[in-house]
Amino acid sequence: MQLAKKETESKASFQALAISKTESRLYMSYISVAFISLFIGGLMGLLQVLVRSGKFTLPAGIDYYQVLTVHGVILGLVLTTYFIIGFHFSLMGKTVGISIKQRKVAWIAFWIMVIGTVMTAVTILYGEASVLYTFYAPLRAHPAFYIGLALVIIGSWIAGFVNWHQLKVWKKAHPGEKSPLLAFMVTINTAMWFICSLGVAVAVLVQFIPWSLGYAETINVLLSRTLFWYFGHPLVYFWLLPAYMAWYAIIPKIIGGKIFSDSLARLSFVLFLFFSIPVGFHHQLTEPGIDPTWKFIQVVLTFMVIIPSLMTAFSMFATFEITGRRKGAKGLFGWFKKLPWRDVRFLAPFIGMLAFIPGGAGGIINASHQMNALIHNTIWVTGHFHLTVATTVMLTFFGISYWLVPHLRGRKLTPQINRLGIIQAFVWTVGMTIMSGAMHIQGLLGAPRRSSYSEYGGGEQASEWIGYQLAQAVGGTILFIGILLMVYIFIKLTFFAPKGEEEFPIAEEEEDAEETPAWFENWKLWIGITVALILAAYTVPVIDIVQHSPLGSVPFDFPIGR
Amino acid sequence: MHLHKYEKIWLTFGIGSLVVFLFVVGYGAFWQGTHPQSHGVTIDPNNIESNEAFKPENLGLTKVDENEYIVNITASAFYYDLGKDEEGKSVRTIRIPKGSKVLWQAATKDVVHGFQVAGTNVNMMVEPGYVSSLETVMDNPGTYTIVCNEYCGIGHHMMYATVEVYE
Repeated sequence: MQLAKKETESKASFQALAISKTESRLYMSYISVAFISLFIGGLMGLLQVLVRSGKFTLPAGIDYYQVLTVHGVILGLVLTTYFIIGFHFSLMGKTVGISIKQRKVAWIAFWIMVIGTVMTAVTILYGEASVLYTFYAPLRAHPAFYIGLALVIIGSWIAGFVNWHQLKVWKKAHPGEKSPLLAFMVTINTAMWFICSLGVAVAVLVQFIPWSLGYAETINVLLSRTLFWYFGHPLVYFWLLPAYMAWYAIIPKIIGGKIFSDSLARLSFVLFLFFSIPVGFHHQLTEPGIDPTWKFIQVVLTFMVIIPSLMTAFSMFATFEITGRRKGAKGLFGWFKKLPWRDVRFLAPFIGMLAFIPGGAGGIINASHQMNALIHNTIWVTGHFHLTVATTVMLTFFGISYWLVPHLRGRKLTPQINRLGIIQAFVWTVGMTIMSGAMHIQGLLGAPRRSSYSEYGGGEQASEWIGYQLAQAVGGTILFIGILLMVYIFIKLTFFAPKGEEEFPIAEEEEDAEETPAWFENWKLWIGITVALILAAYTVPVIDIVQHSPLGSVPFDFPIGR
Repeated sequence: MHLHKYEKIWLTFGIGSLVVFLFVVGYGAFWQGTHPQSHGVTIDPNNIESNEAFKPENLGLTKVDENEYIVNITASAFYYDLGKDEEGKSVRTIRIPKGSKVLWQAATKDVVHGFQVAGTNVNMMVEPGYVSSLETVMDNPGTYTIVCNEYCGIGHHMMYATVEVYE
């Protein structure tokens, strides 16, 4: 009986569905927008490092901060959100399936997001929204900027609702079975995204839009910042968790191994759901209006994500070692040689994992209450997230694209493209090591982030900084070459690679794996704990912020050249 | 749910170090008073001169005692106002003897600004409606640039002043 049960169960979790052509078109549309964004955003990044080198000025009256706004919005919000939603849908389509009606709603989500993106892009290009992507009230952008961003978020919600519905329909058809691991993970990530983006939605709909239209005279600046950062930190986990999905459930298949532990993977995702959101104050540590005790409480909550991160690191290397040993590796580190180093589907995400070690360590410094004061708003922080999101997450997304794009397009990843991909990963690593390394050091010396080239009146410190800015220009240029390579690979895989069937790698559990406890499916419990933690961390300080708030701020247009 | 033996050791060590680390951070903050700046002192954002510290005559460096100073600064797009010297010229550099205790106080007339004595932990956000303040001892002689390190508009990178700590 026990055996029979196990067999049906494992069958359920292994049963991968075919993706039809019409479905592929949906998933590819999302992913294509991501790659177009990569090109535009990368070009903006190149312009920035060139300007900051002091050797180049922007033509045609284009402003540095306009370029910076495009770079931040298009890479931080557009590229990531589109790629992630495309990836989410592909995973759901593969593991639980999509109905015609769900697919139609997913298209509505896509077009709402496209309209929002275009609105935002146009206002930025007209120089009406150089407020960077963190909004910066009381700087006022054109209302279309805020409305456009609201549409992007609403579109992403609809996509998330479709994902939830997909799992619900599947569960109805498979009573008593555990949900497929990847579908479980997608549901966690979309739930986290919905809960956290409620904060920025309130800020945009209740505060920014009426105020930018002139219906509200003033805005509560600190409240708007608090609502933004309530969203701004989980946002980075929304980027990271899809990479973790690939690490936990796809990479083991690529290296010829099995999932280390299904239940540990689920537990780490649940912990990420709990501890991603009630932590926004660690972005506001040097702000004057928030009680330091509440800052400290959120600092402690921030550090709780170290636990699932350690679990993930253990699982990854355990999978690598077990797989290597099964392939006949001997000695303490012999398994290391058995990993498929020549397979870009493994190599690119693996470099991403390595980058997360210094990336995570830097993050610990950033969130460390008083230690933050040394690096807050310095270019150290920019160096930090170029390791985490622009290396760990991006290289994993590239690693996913090498098989996902040909799979969806009915083509093959050829050995030539694989080789080109390996070159791409190395170019990226070299460029990022130079750029991010220079940013870290320059930040420790006090150089500010989000700043155009300046000699600061010929100050000693500033002259020291400029050398590091030259290094960033070198690193940034190498990275742009990496982007051109990646865009070329994407076009090749989409339109020109030979027809064939590329595998959609989904790892299986060990034959004798322990059963995953049923309580993992208790969504009410997970959401309940998440909401309770958020209320515990935010209720008192937000009431305090509102009750003791100073007079509101009137809008300012002139500082951004409107 | 099953945890591998090595994973238990790994997690115990990891969580143990985390607890020690958080205790150190908390000890520094609550017992040694190294909290980041947070005083919650409010000010009228449309009239910061209503606060004594930010009246034009009180801006810049004021000696309050032997080795004790206050520096009041008004931030606006894209300028730090450090008051005027005896000749009526705008002060761009303030000079402080090494080892002095300095209370830095800043407020903004318009948008959000940053305030960092570059390379030190004198680093504050300056937000409309609040007074930002931090007390520190300037131990290391040298020339420091005060930079606006929070985006405030197209002239953001032109917003600076200088501090000299002399022996």
